[in-house]
Amino acid sequence: MITLIAVAPILSLLIWLPVIGALIIFATGDASEASARSVRWVALWTSLVELVLALGLLAAFDPQRTGFQFVERLAWLPQAGVSYHLGVDGISLLFVVMSALLTPIAIVASWREPRRVRAYMAAFLLLEALTIGMFESLDFMLFYVFFEGVLLPMYLIIGVWGGEQRVRAAIRFFLFTLAGSLPMLLALVWMWHHAGTTDMVTLMHTPISASAQNWLFIAFLFAFGVKAAVWPLHSWLPDAYGEAPVAGTVMLAAVLSKMGSYGFLRFSLPMLPQATLYFAPLMLALGVIAIIYLSFAAFAQTDMKRMIAYSSAAHMGMIVVGIFTLTVEGIEGALFQMISHGLVIAALFLCVGVLLARGQSRLLEHLGGLAVRMPVFATFLMIFVLANVGLPGTSGFVGEVLILAGAIKVNFWLALLAGSGMILSVMFMLVLVRRVLFDQSRSSVALAPPDVGAGEWLMLAPLAMLVLVLGIHPDALTVPFDRAVHGLVQQTGGVLAMKADLHHRMLAMVSR
Amino acid sequence: MLLEIAVFAPLLGTILAVLLRASGSRAGAVWSSVALMAVSALAAVAVLVRHLVAHVAMHDVALGAWIHVGHFVTPWSLREDTLSLVVVVMVSVVSALIHLYSVGYMAHDRTMPRFFVYISAFTFAMLMLVTANNLLQLFFGWEGVGLFSYLLIGYWYDRASANAAAIKAFVMNRVGDLAFLIGIVLIYAQFGSVSFNQIFAAVPQMVSHHYSLFGDAMPVLDVIGVLLFIGAMGKSAQIFLHTWLADAMEGPTPISALIHAATMVAAGVYMIVRMSPLISSAPGAMAMIAVIGGFTALFAGTIGCVQNDIKRIIAYSTCSQLGYMFLGAGVGADQAAIFHMVTHAMFKALLFLAAGSVIHALADEQDVRKMGGLWRKMKITYVTMLIGALALAAIPPFAGYYSKDAILAAAFANHSGPALFGWVCGVLGAGLTAFYISRLMILTFHGAPRGDADVHAHAHESGWTMLVPLLVLALGASFGGMLLDRPFVGAGNAAFWGSSIVPPANLVLQLSVPVPAWVADLPLLLALVGFGVAYVFYVIRPSMPVALAKAMPGAYRFLLNKWYFDELYDSVFVQPSKRLARVIWRGADDQVIDGVPTGLARWTTDFSLQMGRAQNGSLAVYSFVMLLGLLVLLSLFLVVR
Repeated sequence: MITLIAVAPILSLLIWLPVIGALIIFATGDASEASARSVRWVALWTSLVELVLALGLLAAFDPQRTGFQFVERLAWLPQAGVSYHLGVDGISLLFVVMSALLTPIAIVASWREPRRVRAYMAAFLLLEALTIGMFESLDFMLFYVFFEGVLLPMYLIIGVWGGEQRVRAAIRFFLFTLAGSLPMLLALVWMWHHAGTTDMVTLMHTPISASAQNWLFIAFLFAFGVKAAVWPLHSWLPDAYGEAPVAGTVMLAAVLSKMGSYGFLRFSLPMLPQATLYFAPLMLALGVIAIIYLSFAAFAQTDMKRMIAYSSAAHMGMIVVGIFTLTVEGIEGALFQMISHGLVIAALFLCVGVLLARGQSRLLEHLGGLAVRMPVFATFLMIFVLANVGLPGTSGFVGEVLILAGAIKVNFWLALLAGSGMILSVMFMLVLVRRVLFDQSRSSVALAPPDVGAGEWLMLAPLAMLVLVLGIHPDALTVPFDRAVHGLVQQTGGVLAMKADLHHRMLAMVSR
Repeated sequence: MLLEIAVFAPLLGTILAVLLRASGSRAGAVWSSVALMAVSALAAVAVLVRHLVAHVAMHDVALGAWIHVGHFVTPWSLREDTLSLVVVVMVSVVSALIHLYSVGYMAHDRTMPRFFVYISAFTFAMLMLVTANNLLQLFFGWEGVGLFSYLLIGYWYDRASANAAAIKAFVMNRVGDLAFLIGIVLIYAQFGSVSFNQIFAAVPQMVSHHYSLFGDAMPVLDVIGVLLFIGAMGKSAQIFLHTWLADAMEGPTPISALIHAATMVAAGVYMIVRMSPLISSAPGAMAMIAVIGGFTALFAGTIGCVQNDIKRIIAYSTCSQLGYMFLGAGVGADQAAIFHMVTHAMFKALLFLAAGSVIHALADEQDVRKMGGLWRKMKITYVTMLIGALALAAIPPFAGYYSKDAILAAAFANHSGPALFGWVCGVLGAGLTAFYISRLMILTFHGAPRGDADVHAHAHESGWTMLVPLLVLALGASFGGMLLDRPFVGAGNAAFWGSSIVPPANLVLQLSVPVPAWVADLPLLLALVGFGVAYVFYVIRPSMPVALAKAMPGAYRFLLNKWYFDELYDSVFVQPSKRLARVIWRGADDQVIDGVPTGLARWTTDFSLQMGRAQNGSLAVYSFVMLLGLLVLLSLFLVVR
């Protein structure tokens, strides 16, 4: 199996398999109920086969080798230096696997969606293809196509299957992300001109003047900042997360937000090292503001789904801090946190979905007393809440402590302020637990909801297992990306000799 | 192998209890966790005996790798040395007794197996904390015990007050934990490691290093020491971070005995002692520890004198006794701190369990003003609790006398400013301790019954599962001090502790320095005065305390309201946070940051809605917007090229 993966065009397969699944769904299905049933199974099986392939990729990946593996390259516009160039390294590999893991879970979570089943399932499969394609791209043009393409299915998922305010939320999501990626398009064109190619591996080794780097960094900041909901570019997020159907929110929060932070790691750091160093204090400040500001905003929420949405954005602030400490610990912590956050936030939104499926309200004041009536659900929710507040023994802690270990190498106050999320997150997450599980219910519809069913076990149990296993044995993640991060830090480190200067300016900034 | 059994048997007990509970076997779940806890206690005693008899050298039992990034290397492992083993034995034995006690105490509880799942898991986390050989594993256990403390304080979650107390405890602990974690990563940044051996080996080179903070260069070891101590203050409920402990009494009484008296709250002291090779080279941090510890010993004692809830009186007493332990650690008498920790675990667990026996007998009455005259009804409870009280009040030959005496003598012998301040506080606190515990004993057991006559008539002695732990702990509280005095702080202490506690050279002699006789006798004298005052107040002239409270209403209310710390924190932290949260959400986020894009979105929505009407179908609107987007993209593309 593993040797087969080494020779087969596995990366292309991972992109095109869900597309084929989507085509089958469109070609065979009709509007009948029987067809909706088979459509669901086709979608699920496609995504499961995809998951097996992704796990095979993980097994065949050689963590000891530096550089990109499983590289595929076909000419696309050869005279313009554009090619169909795919490859994964330790950084992108895990995001491919995570996307492949969460898609079947999202499909199971959508099992009872009655409206336009064909289009819905096809949208999720396309979304999977596009995100995986984006993480695998080694050509900027290709990357851009996938990066923008993700918008279309996501926009439809929010706009067609969302809640009451879905159209407003979908349009804002669309405008924000589109407006954000226009500067990136300009950056693409500029770099294409500058290097004569859009090949990312070449671009990583093409020197760019310092002033141009700054402009390019700002352009990338808009594109990736909107996706990663960096403060103050986050304001599309509460609406989109709140209004999207649960499975859509899962993909948004777990996978799409990581496109932004992945972008910083793939483009900003290696291609624009000087600008990265120049802007690092700004980025650290934005990250810290996000942690504190969004945690307080979460504290004020009355709607469970929105509270988790704000919490998710606050954790993205932590990831931004980790990346821009520009230390091995900080970046590995950020990567670990990206995966962990993906699993935990997905699971928390799925828990909301479990309640919605029982006709329960999303409003905290209408919930309560579920610890007695749904003990299994209560256990799951508790595990994910604890992972979300970074309790040691769960995956949430590992990322957080590594990020802080990186942060304190930059500045004491940075570590303290970033760490304050530890206290703030406990504040609102425990209030959420209390309202949902412990307080007496004040709702009139409080019948006896059935506890977690078989399908829901299938969604939640694997995530809970992963959260705990990665918390106790984090090597499973850190070994694959260790090489890549060391390489990245060294590459950015050409300019890290000026680190002393960075310290100085940060200190000035923070103590002002 | 024995140490692994001692640590992991409670975890196995948790897992078994979960599985058996799921399969519906209530008794199976309960007794399997009790049995495995007994196994753990036996193994712990065996491994300590083996360690002492066979003179096993300090070593680590490796279990596997945890985090492994850059130089950030942390294993899972169990440390075997005298310090860790003494505390392992203390934790597992007390926990085993309290498991047994809980079988009786929780018998009427609907979700009894859940209780056993939590306390077994708590014990496991506590043992992982104690046996850590690096700071991160210690932190794992540290947060783990905090979690189970939270779950057990909120165990009766249909009470709003229990929920509030649980959240308060977790959040307040996290404030300390943040400082602790920052201290850990600062150690990592400075020492390049979080493992004890490497940190301690590098301490001599770090003494002269400075770290710039507040625009000033400070000794790095002081900065680290203070951060670690703030963590310990949260866990061990020292002044400023103490308010959660009294509220934690919302939990079932066995929990108050195990977690909020004997083990978890002592974790802060344990951590400071464990880190003593570093902290003893940080004079600033040492001074802070001695001052805060000494002051808490006095401060919590003053509150304990006027409380009326039997459990809250004992809780403030715990706070105060932990202050003594920190005073010991802060003057370099780490052996005495651990000695007091062990004796305190016995007599304080005893006091709580006896109080639980009283509460159980009186149908959950906790107000001492409604008790009285119980000694005839429950003689065993009375006698054992009396032993606990004598031990707490440090009356010879009971356990507390030896350990508290050792701490106060060391504080006096140290003779530095902070140590003498701590000594004065500690001696005054000794008088208060004797007063409040006598008050508690007199009001509970003597005089005429003041509560509901019907309840009093039904008061009865508890069953054997509750009495056996009382008797065992009473034995410990009677003879523990005498027996442990020599090895812990006496002539044999250097051989006993081996390399696990090595006080710095200038402090070695303090334990053996003879202090003046009046210094040695003063605490006992004040304790006797405390007894006398309590006897006058509550037996001879019961009108006196009332008159006193009337004469000084301000002082009385100040103490009754616990120095107004809760009110202060509410107005300084809680309410402003809530307001800030609302302002951020409703004001900043919805109006300012969202204003511009919302305007844009509204414009587009209106526009596309009209288009939608024209096109008569929502999908068409989407495709139109999509087309628009593509056009914008394409034209930009062309223009730029």
